[in-house]
Amino acid sequence: MSTTTLNGLPVSEAPTLPDVLPPRKKRGRIGMFCYRHPTIAAGGVLVAIVVLIAIFAPFLATVDPTALAPARRTRPPSAQYWFGTDMLGRDVYSRVLYGSRVSLVVGFSVALLSSVIGMTIGLTSGFVRLLDTIVMRIMDGLMSIPPILLAIALMALTRASVQNVIIAITVAQVPSVSRLVRGVVLSLREQPYVEAAIASGTRVPKIIWKHILPNTLAPITVQATFICASAMIAEATLSFIGAGTPPIIPSWGNIMAEGRALWQVKPYIVFFPAVFLSITVLAVNLLGDGLRDALDPRLAKRI
Amino acid sequence: MFAYIVRRVVATIPVMAIVALFVFSLLYLAPGDPAAIIAGDQATPADVERIRASLGLDRPFLVRFGDWGWKVLNGDLGVSIFTNLPVTQMIKQRIEPTMSLMVLTLALSLSIAIPAGVLAAWKHGGWVDRLVMVMAVFGFSVPVFVVGYLMAYIFALQLDWFPVQGYTPIATGFLPWLQNLALPAVVLGGAFIALIARITRATMLEVLGQDYVRTAKAKGVGQRSVLMVHALKNAAVPIVTIVGIGFAALIGGAVVTESVFAIPGVGRLVVDAILRRDYPVIQGVVLMFSFVYVLVNLGVDLLYTVFDPRIRY
Repeated sequence: MSTTTLNGLPVSEAPTLPDVLPPRKKRGRIGMFCYRHPTIAAGGVLVAIVVLIAIFAPFLATVDPTALAPARRTRPPSAQYWFGTDMLGRDVYSRVLYGSRVSLVVGFSVALLSSVIGMTIGLTSGFVRLLDTIVMRIMDGLMSIPPILLAIALMALTRASVQNVIIAITVAQVPSVSRLVRGVVLSLREQPYVEAAIASGTRVPKIIWKHILPNTLAPITVQATFICASAMIAEATLSFIGAGTPPIIPSWGNIMAEGRALWQVKPYIVFFPAVFLSITVLAVNLLGDGLRDALDPRLAKRI
Repeated sequence: MFAYIVRRVVATIPVMAIVALFVFSLLYLAPGDPAAIIAGDQATPADVERIRASLGLDRPFLVRFGDWGWKVLNGDLGVSIFTNLPVTQMIKQRIEPTMSLMVLTLALSLSIAIPAGVLAAWKHGGWVDRLVMVMAVFGFSVPVFVVGYLMAYIFALQLDWFPVQGYTPIATGFLPWLQNLALPAVVLGGAFIALIARITRATMLEVLGQDYVRTAKAKGVGQRSVLMVHALKNAAVPIVTIVGIGFAALIGGAVVTESVFAIPGVGRLVVDAILRRDYPVIQGVVLMFSFVYVLVNLGVDLLYTVFDPRIRY
C-alpha cells in the first residue's frame, strides 16, 4: 500500500472501490432537461424548426408559391425545383414551405380558442348548478356529431377562408374541452383547501381565480397540445376534400388535393406536403405526450 | 339490469333531439333563399312571397323544426337540390360500400389491436411493447389520406397486389369485394388500431397488477386463462368505451378514405354535396352518421352490463 501526504502527514491511500454506481455524467442545464424529458425536447425542437420555416419561408430559396408557369408544369424534383412543380407549373417546394404557415396558424389558433372557450364553459357549468345540466346536454349533443362532419357542416354554411376553418374546427373541439374542465372543477370543489376557502368566506370569483383555475392549467395545456395536432389534421382533411382553406392559399391539404388527380403518375406532388404534415403533427403529439408525463403523472398512468 | 337498459335508451332521445336541432339549423341558416330560386329571375316580390307561403317557409323556426322532425321520424330527409332525388334514397344507394368498409375495418382493427395490446402489457418493456407504443404515436400522427396514398402507391401501384381504386359489391363475390376493400380497411384502421392497442395495453397493465391476478397466478391458473379470463375481461370496459368514442374518428376517416380510393359510398356523397352546396344531402348524411354514432355508443353502454355485472344504475 502506497502512502501519500495530507497537510504534511502521511496517510494511506484510499483503496479503490468497485464501481457500484456508474460515474454521473456531467450534463448542463439543457442536457439535463433533454435527458429527463426526451419527448418534450424532440417534439419541441421539431416544432421550433417548423415555426422557423413558417416565419422565414420567403428567405429559404423560395419563389412566389402562387406564380403560374404552364410551360414548366409537372417537372420532377431537380436542382432547380427541389420538390418539382405541379400541374400549373408552381414550385412545390415554395408551396410546401408557405403551407406550414396555414397549418401552424390553424393549429395554434384552434388550440388557444378552444381552450379559452372550453375553460369558460367548463368553469361556469362546474359552478352554476342550474346551467350545468342544460350546458352539458348541449355538449353531449354536439359531441354526438363526429367532429369532422360537424366542421364540414359548418364550412358548408360559410365561404371558405382560414378564419372560418379555425371557427369550424374550434366549435367541434369545444365540447370535449368543456367536459374536461368541468370534470376537473367538480373534483377540485371537493378538495379540503377549496372547502376551507369557502368556509372562510372567500368570494366565488376569487376561489375560481386563485384555487380552481391554476389547477386546471396543467390538464388544459396537455389537451391543447393534442387539439393543436388534431386541428392541423382536420384543416388538411377539410382542404383535401374541398371544404377548407380557399384553393388560392397554399396549404398542405390544398396541395395534396390538387396533386390528387395526378398522384398515380406524379406522386411527389402529394408526397412532400404529406411528409411535412406528418412530421409536424408527430412533433406536436410528441410534445403533448412529454408534457402529459411531466405535468400530469396521474393522466400518464391511465393512457 | 332492465331498468338500466331502458334508462340508457331513453337518455339517447334528448341527445338525438339536440343533434337534430343542430342539423336543422344548418339548413335554416344555409345561404340562398329556396323560394327565390324556385320563383326564378322574372318573379315579382309578391310571387316569391306566395311561393314562400306555399312552401311553409314563412312559419316560425320551431314550427318548421317540428314539421321537419316529424318527417325525419317517418324516414323523409328531404330532396336533393342537385339531383332532385329523395336524400333517403341517395343514402340507401351508397350505404353498402360504407358499411362494408366500416365493418371490415372494425373487425380488422379489433383483431390486431387487442392481441397486440395484451401482448404488450404481458411482456411489458419487451420489443412488442415498444413496437406498440411507437406505432401508436405514428398511428395518431399520420393522417388517413397520407397513409392511404403511401399504401396505395406501394401495394397497388408498385407491387400490384391490390386494385388501386374502386369498389366491387359483395353480391359479385366475396373475394373481389375483400380484395378491393383490404387496402382501404388497413388505411382507415391505422389510427384506430393505435388507439385501441394503446388503451388495451394501459388497462391490461393496470389489471395485471391487481391482487386477484396475483392470486390466480399463485393458485396455478394457466397463463392463457389469467390473461384472457381474469385480466382481459376486467379490462374490457375501458376498451369498449374507447372503441365507442373512436368510432367518430372512424366515420370521419371513412369520408376521406372513400375519396382516396374512389369508393362510391356515403362519404363520397357528402364530399360531392359540399362541392355542390347540396344542403339537404349534407344535412341527411350528418344526421345519419350521428345517429349511427349514438347507436354504437348505446351498444357500448349495454355491453358494459355483460363485462361488468355490477353496473346497474
